[in-house]
Amino acid sequence: MGQIHLSKVTKSFGDVEVIPPLDLQIDEGEFVVFVGPSGCGKSTLLRLIAGLEDVTGGQVMIDGQDATTMPPAKRGLAMVFQSYALYPHMSVRKNIAFPLRMAGLDKAEQDRRVAQAADVLNLTDYLDRRPGQLSGGQRQRVAIGRAIVREPAAFLFDEPLSNLDAALRVGMRLEISELHKRLATTMIYVTHDQVEAMTMADKIVVLQAGVIEQVGSPLELYRSPRNTFVAGFIGSPKMNLLGGTEAAKHDARTIGIRPEHIAISSESGDWEGVVGVSEHLGSDTFFHVNCPAFAEPLTVRASGEIDLKYGAKVFLTPDPAHLHRFDDKGLRLG
Amino acid sequence: MATQHSRSAARLMMAPAVILLLGWMLIPLTMTLYFSFKKYLPLRGGDLGWVGFDNYVRFVSSSSFWPAVATTLIIVGGVLFITLILGVLLALLLDQPMWGQGVVRILVIAPFFVMPTVSGLVWKNMFMDSNNGFLAHLWRAFGAEPVQWLSQASLPSLIMIISWQWLPFATLILLTAIQSLDSEQLEASEMDGANWLNRFGFIILPHLARAITVVVLIQTIFLLSIFAEIFVTTAGAFGTKTLTYLIYQRVLESQNVGLGSAGGVYAIILANIVAIFLMRIVGKNLDA
Repeated sequence: MGQIHLSKVTKSFGDVEVIPPLDLQIDEGEFVVFVGPSGCGKSTLLRLIAGLEDVTGGQVMIDGQDATTMPPAKRGLAMVFQSYALYPHMSVRKNIAFPLRMAGLDKAEQDRRVAQAADVLNLTDYLDRRPGQLSGGQRQRVAIGRAIVREPAAFLFDEPLSNLDAALRVGMRLEISELHKRLATTMIYVTHDQVEAMTMADKIVVLQAGVIEQVGSPLELYRSPRNTFVAGFIGSPKMNLLGGTEAAKHDARTIGIRPEHIAISSESGDWEGVVGVSEHLGSDTFFHVNCPAFAEPLTVRASGEIDLKYGAKVFLTPDPAHLHRFDDKGLRLG
Repeated sequence: MATQHSRSAARLMMAPAVILLLGWMLIPLTMTLYFSFKKYLPLRGGDLGWVGFDNYVRFVSSSSFWPAVATTLIIVGGVLFITLILGVLLALLLDQPMWGQGVVRILVIAPFFVMPTVSGLVWKNMFMDSNNGFLAHLWRAFGAEPVQWLSQASLPSLIMIISWQWLPFATLILLTAIQSLDSEQLEASEMDGANWLNRFGFIILPHLARAITVVVLIQTIFLLSIFAEIFVTTAGAFGTKTLTYLIYQRVLESQNVGLGSAGGVYAIILANIVAIFLMRIVGKNLDA
């Protein structure tokens, strides 16, 4: 259970085509993350899978069954919304039990499953509260609880962590990953945050303007981005994308080198530059180095021990093994 | 110091409005109480002295008192019932995206702009007239005998007229409430397997509870004192005499100010009883 296949799916709003024909295979038990800048169609794609939007063309298959025209409730998918979409006038217990009640399960079975979900999500003490009396993280867990009790074929998450503060987000990220390992159910997760994508996904789908730029495991995407868009989007801080004569030396239109693959030295190296702003994270320091050879400043990661003042003269040496080359269409070379 | 100064300055500046409002309320109230204990017949001797609770006893023991109370409550209840049900349905309808939405919404509000007197006359002469009214023509078109609306079905007719007037108010308040419903909640319930009726019952209606409370409270306040519609249509005949109308008849038609004032005090008490019940029933919706 939990296999989803999209073939030639398109979606248009009026004359605007937001998703040109798109194929995607999601395997059972996978944690798939749709990632891309805002407005890239990732949420629309999720809603097409959920059935909240009708596809304009193509086919949606869920577990080998054609679900293209199935109503959302029949697809066996559960969704966690960005705003959590809890029912404010119902207690947590009733919120979680709502899908069971709609499915016509008897009261004892409802109670059993709610208790089980509450136990998994540490919500047992809050069952009789209203959503308005809970914190953001707790509401998030209630929304997940409402999804779990249905025992769906797949979970759909629509930017579920974007309303939480940074510390809570890291915690919830772990909890969702933990939940995925425990339930081993297919999860599709939409986010614009590439850190969430990298840390949680088995498979990342990078989208831009409704087009899939690349599909792969986080490390595949990190190690061999298919084009400059993926190269710039995956990895934090961003990959340095450099053009001009340095790129031409490598027979490419653009070369990419990640901040962590550049060595910094104050004595000698390939590129000479001047230290601009530096960001100290303790363990690491990110230097923004202005090199006369490039229009844009380069980001360089160095150990937190290294201390270079603003305006200091430095030399940078890229690691040739981790140099990415792209042609004039932005596609990866070699 | 500054806050104390500004606070007293604020009090000073609010004083005119507060005094005006208090006077507006207190003077008529005191005068009503004052007259209710007097035998005061302007055209038949004027002020004839104190009579104690005589007016109160006479007002209640009159054969028209209890029917008037009943009529008042039937009209209020009937109008509330109709405006709430149709209001919710219309609000749901107007919330749907459709062609010409702006114009339709203005048209829906239109009856609220019509003065009560005018709408009463329009209904009486253009719709309910048993010879030339629209409804009479309609009935005849189907070969039926036209209904003598205001005499044969006087209360339902009145409820119909008043509901028509107050429907826009209910619709508007309920429409804004529906529009404030988070669409993700509806989508979530849809994914949870709720059909249309479930979504309405479990999501939309509870969301509307507060707006419905507001509509019920405000409409009750105004409907208890409904007058013009009765005055221009049946003039209190055919069992359409409300408490308000009875008071009017006592004061102006029978020229008995004392008796009418006692009726006024009863009306205040009735309004308060109704208000207390309503607050008990629906007031808790306002807390959440």
